[in-house]
Amino acid sequence: MDARRGSDHKLVVDGVGEREIVMTRAVAAPRHLVFDAWTKPEQVARWLLGPAGWTMPFCKIDLRVGGAWRYLYVHDSGKKMGMGGVYREIAAPDRLVFSESMDHGESEDIEVSTKMFPGESVNTLTLVEKDGVTTMKLVGLYPSRETRDAALASGMEKGVRASFDRLEEMIS
Amino acid sequence: MSKQLDLTFSALADPTRRAILARLKGGEASVMELAEPFDMSLPAISKHLKVLERAGLIARGRDAQRRPCRLQAAPLEEIAEWTGGFRRFWESSFDRLDDHLAQMTKKESRHGRKKRK
Repeated sequence: MDARRGSDHKLVVDGVGEREIVMTRAVAAPRHLVFDAWTKPEQVARWLLGPAGWTMPFCKIDLRVGGAWRYLYVHDSGKKMGMGGVYREIAAPDRLVFSESMDHGESEDIEVSTKMFPGESVNTLTLVEKDGVTTMKLVGLYPSRETRDAALASGMEKGVRASFDRLEEMIS
Repeated sequence: MSKQLDLTFSALADPTRRAILARLKGGEASVMELAEPFDMSLPAISKHLKVLERAGLIARGRDAQRRPCRLQAAPLEEIAEWTGGFRRFWESSFDRLDDHLAQMTKKESRHGRKKRK
């Protein structure tokens, strides 16, 4: 299993320009299975969970143009988080465009949950398969630089704290 | 990445400057005090301080005599955000996706399903 996580499958995250985040990551699977993993709720809830301690007790996907998606997260500590948006373009198995916003996960209804920051991003997922390896590219376009930067810091204070501590160790 | 972040990363790349930041974690200090542990001239230390100041990692006091330096945390937090929160969320998720896809690939070949491309 670890062989598949060689350096060429490493996640690359880049802030591009003022308003974009571009992520690429390769996985050892055919493209249609990767597309399913991103769009079938019972599959999404198994992997799109972030660091250990988070679960996704609610995952709803209406895979149609104009259809909504909604994920609710709960951490062992009791902290909650939500994400959701609307599908804008669906071209299985190679392209998916959807809006996304993040909130504090108070309700299954995204409208009554408190947003983490105003506005939403428009994410474009592109899947390219070569020799059984699929490269996923996710481009998030945010309404402003502030929102882009906030998204990078959002909802995962533990991770931020932990790495800030590491950084402090580095300079001590 | 932002210009600010470029400045911060290059400022942190130098061991003397990291040592200066570590010293400032204990509280503000003058150039003289900062120079003490290093075998370096005051102008050389001042040069390092300018780099740190430009990177927003330290601020200098107004007192013309001492111009004490103190640590500014905001750029460090920005780095932590970049390298921690978002990245860690996706890294952990994609590691799990590897396992999930390995299962799905196995399942599909077991069922002898034809690949649809």
